[in-house]
Amino acid sequence: MILIEGIAASPGIAIGKTLLKKEENIEINKENITENEIENELEKLHSALDDAKESLEELRQDTAEKLGDEKAEIFAAHLMILDDPEVIPAFENKIKDDKLNAAAAVKSVVDQYAAMFAAMDDEYLRERGSDIKDVGMRVIKNLLGVNTISDQIEDNVVIIAEDLTPSDTAQLDTDKVLAFLTKEGSRTSHSAIMARSLGIPAVVGLGTELLEKAENGIEIIVDGNSGKIYFEPDQTTLDDYKVKLADYEAELERLLSYKDQKAASKDGYEVEVVGNMGNLADVDPILENGGEGVGLFRSEFLYMDRDQLPTEEEQFEVYKEVAEKMGERPVVIRTLDVGGDKDIPYLDFPAEMNPFLGYRAIRVCLERDDIFKPQLRALLRASNYGNLKIMFPMISSVRELLAAKSKLAEVKTELEKEGHKFNQNIEVGMMIEIPAAVMIADHLAKEVDFFSIGTNDLIQYTVAVDRTNEKIAKMHTPYHPAVLRLIKQTISAAHEAGIWVGMCGEAAGDELLLPFLLGAGLDEFSMSAVSILKIKEILSQWEKSEAESEVAEILALSTVAEVKDYLTKLKK
Amino acid sequence: MVEEKKVVITNKTGLHARPAAQFVQKAGKFDSKIEIIFEEKEVNAKSIMGVMSLGVGKGNEITVRADGEDAQEAIKELVEFIEVEMAKEDEE
Repeated sequence: MILIEGIAASPGIAIGKTLLKKEENIEINKENITENEIENELEKLHSALDDAKESLEELRQDTAEKLGDEKAEIFAAHLMILDDPEVIPAFENKIKDDKLNAAAAVKSVVDQYAAMFAAMDDEYLRERGSDIKDVGMRVIKNLLGVNTISDQIEDNVVIIAEDLTPSDTAQLDTDKVLAFLTKEGSRTSHSAIMARSLGIPAVVGLGTELLEKAENGIEIIVDGNSGKIYFEPDQTTLDDYKVKLADYEAELERLLSYKDQKAASKDGYEVEVVGNMGNLADVDPILENGGEGVGLFRSEFLYMDRDQLPTEEEQFEVYKEVAEKMGERPVVIRTLDVGGDKDIPYLDFPAEMNPFLGYRAIRVCLERDDIFKPQLRALLRASNYGNLKIMFPMISSVRELLAAKSKLAEVKTELEKEGHKFNQNIEVGMMIEIPAAVMIADHLAKEVDFFSIGTNDLIQYTVAVDRTNEKIAKMHTPYHPAVLRLIKQTISAAHEAGIWVGMCGEAAGDELLLPFLLGAGLDEFSMSAVSILKIKEILSQWEKSEAESEVAEILALSTVAEVKDYLTKLKK
Repeated sequence: MVEEKKVVITNKTGLHARPAAQFVQKAGKFDSKIEIIFEEKEVNAKSIMGVMSLGVGKGNEITVRADGEDAQEAIKELVEFIEVEMAKEDEE
């Protein structure tokens, strides 16, 4: 048995057989052909090109349907390469003039282009070399009759790869694939996001050990909850995991009964349990898990993995699609939160000593009309198609909030003049993630329709602990008494002013913390789709008054350990 | 009929990515042979790989040349695309 640990990127347990994705090893024989064979090789080339076009067109449509037009763009670019009036004749000339067989001809041209792009100064163009290689490999595989990974898949396999490209994941038959494992990657890499969307376990960032130890077709256990994988597990481990898997499946089954139930306490006190999302692919999982809306749409994902700002039109299309899919359910869209650990290369912000305390989020937007206004315009225009709400991040003062609201008013006037329709009374809220905002929550509450507590940053700023620093990761906990008091204070200030208050940090989906949050009066809980059903279940086990009676006790505790102990004992 | 015109690329990303793809698609609509000349290199303007391989960035001046029946129309539309539509991307 071999145990390797990586990053738990998508929860769940899988027991199956390995399938290694190794494409680099395709051998291309360079043969010299005779004059008589030229016609035949040209024919082979064109039929391989046609097949490649056909499958790319299918992929493009599939991806557009599943993940939106933006994600499908890569395949449109690949299609353009296959229609390129320079590239195709270059393939042909290699066959006609250099007397190469079709596969070697394609490889030779692709290598030339790839080398040319690799030598460029511009990072974007250097990466284009991988596009032509990806396309070339597709044509070569057709020529050699090599199967793509999707054809090799038998039932119940765990895919093991260096990394998975969009074109890999879009082709996988998810009825047969149990899990993904990759050498590269983080929780936010493409394969991780895809796995969560597809609802299958994934462990990423497993390192070189993964590919060294992996063999094709051997038994494997994947624990997407802990990030552990076991090659050829021993009997004890296997039995252990068979029980865990059965329990996990039984729990999923049980939780499913909460899907269409309104989130409420045992005595019928209703709250909202909603999902956090980054891109269109997250919408379906939220609905499938019984989410009652979106409590946090992290709009920054629209700005990432590209080389220029998204246009107003592009943003409008995405917001509109989310609004329409969610129907009457509320969707809280947070305006761009860039900076901190979220760098957007094309914006060219200088490196900072303390990025989390620096030029980020609303601080950037208030200075950059070219970024902020198109987003506000897109949001307002999309408000016509559903129940959208706007939320400003990183507000630390009344001045900032008023400035953001005045920008919004400005944009509303512009849109009106231009004759655009939008929801005039769209709700406007702000994140509570800076201790200063908690201290003046009474003032801020007069200016907004809602608060949403962002616990990840609130903890970081309150306890002065960098949440990306692994050495002090343990200090980043919502159980710190100071954090609990700030949460309580925020909720009280909001309710006194007559506005609602939600929470969109990880803490909102924390099973132990739930009685405290319910008791303190939190109105909306926003979390990853996978946590929604569990939280609905726990909610249904508590009476509101019972939870309320615990709040004072919990707030009186003096250490993280005491809080954790107390909450663990409360667990039902 | 041969037509040509010099034009300066003003948008931030240059003639890469989406602007390049749009440019190539536009060029493909014309029957004329169309070329871009930049730093003594000439490429087929209907070839995405060719256009991107030039590595034209912000501030570079390129020459667009068309040869054929619809050359005049082609130059007018392509130059306008660079000067107006590509420049607009930055504003948004």
